[in-house]
Amino acid sequence: MNDVLYPRDYSMLGRDAKRAEEIGLSRAQWYAAPVPRARLKELMKRSDAPAIRDTIIWFASFAITAGFAIYLYPSLWSIPFFLAYGVLYGSSTDSRWHECGHGTAFKTRWMNDVVYHLACFMIMRPPTVWRWSHTRHHTDTIIVGRDPEIAIQRPTKIWGVIGGFFAIGQTKSALKSLYTHTRGKLTDEELTYVPEMERSRVYFVARIWLAIHLSVIALAVYLHSFLPILLVGPLPCMYGAWVYVMTGITQHGGLAEDVLDHRLNSRTVLMNPILRFIYWNMNYHVEHHMFPMVPYHQLPKLYEEMKPYTIPAKTSVVDAYREIIPALLKQIKDPSYAIQRKLPDGVKPLTQSLAAE
Amino acid sequence: MTQWIDACAKDDVAEEDVIRFDHAGRTFAIYRSPDDKFYATDGLCTHEKIHLADGLVMDNIIECPKHNGRFDYTTGVAKGAPVCVNLKTYPIKLEGTRVFINIA
Repeated sequence: MNDVLYPRDYSMLGRDAKRAEEIGLSRAQWYAAPVPRARLKELMKRSDAPAIRDTIIWFASFAITAGFAIYLYPSLWSIPFFLAYGVLYGSSTDSRWHECGHGTAFKTRWMNDVVYHLACFMIMRPPTVWRWSHTRHHTDTIIVGRDPEIAIQRPTKIWGVIGGFFAIGQTKSALKSLYTHTRGKLTDEELTYVPEMERSRVYFVARIWLAIHLSVIALAVYLHSFLPILLVGPLPCMYGAWVYVMTGITQHGGLAEDVLDHRLNSRTVLMNPILRFIYWNMNYHVEHHMFPMVPYHQLPKLYEEMKPYTIPAKTSVVDAYREIIPALLKQIKDPSYAIQRKLPDGVKPLTQSLAAE
Repeated sequence: MTQWIDACAKDDVAEEDVIRFDHAGRTFAIYRSPDDKFYATDGLCTHEKIHLADGLVMDNIIECPKHNGRFDYTTGVAKGAPVCVNLKTYPIKLEGTRVFINIA
């Protein structure tokens, strides 16, 4: 690992992508906690009921917050309802995209697909491209040059991180993607992980989305009102992104790159029930990465099973940021810095275990 | 040409589950369906060579443990992204308490 050059090259086609392939960091074997197969089977079991219940609450929350926001608009009293609606639109959709993309939220496949596509539209993530990018994220988690979902690259660009809370870069990139895909093209990076047979879907969906966005703008012009664009499209995605960015940064922020052990590059954080509803339990992130087949509603139980083998969870979002913020600040000047995590006694990181053999 | 190999005992595979079976440098997955029938496929996911025996069996579907790709293990058909290439299947026969797989 002494051959690492800084700054790292995070592109999927660059120097570190080649390096990862050459030294066996890509498609490698990862540590898995020895949870008994019988118990794992119980935890992996699928059910429609929890996600149907949560989705009914989710839709009702959309209806209530949007209803009051429209009713009270343009009064200032509408602002709290727009803010709540924005969190549903721009943040809770991140976890729905994620869980339904894995196909684990519901037992029934079409239910996963419907919520997946709806969430993708709201958070402006092309469904096919993001399904494949997330597949890569699970194969090569935080492996530089291989993982297209490394949220905070080093050295830390602090204004980029702050802008992230308002989805500025995300929206810019989403609009650029929409334009590219509508023209029947993929970026060079996307071409590395979206297979040929899936590409026509990308273009088809982009054209439908463009038609919807243009219709919303046309409606706003027709009504002489900002309401349509405050409720659908890039704006709610931006003013509601902060919760998902706040929780999302806790997943891997400040932790090691290029390690083959999710306990070293991922973080589990205990959160309150409201955040866990918005986030669909993705705060149990080490557990999710190690066993992605376990549905979100079973992750608290998996967390209990894995406790003997993992690093103690951060006790709150504040607790997590107590280690993340100093680390990100340090990484501005020292991109080689990462939070060093101590594994439970007697449990070695996979990379070290292999080296010792 | 047939080449029947004694793979496991029937009781080695729980109902609606899968086990790994390695033979002559190859790896296979042996399934027991909820209606108590046995099936066999290649042992590695066609997407990224992950052992399917660590996956989840649901009715006639095996789900890969790494990326949740799904196959119909009775036919080998890939059921959608991220799996795009079908799994090879193998004939099974039962003799007494044993499960045989034809790997030819």
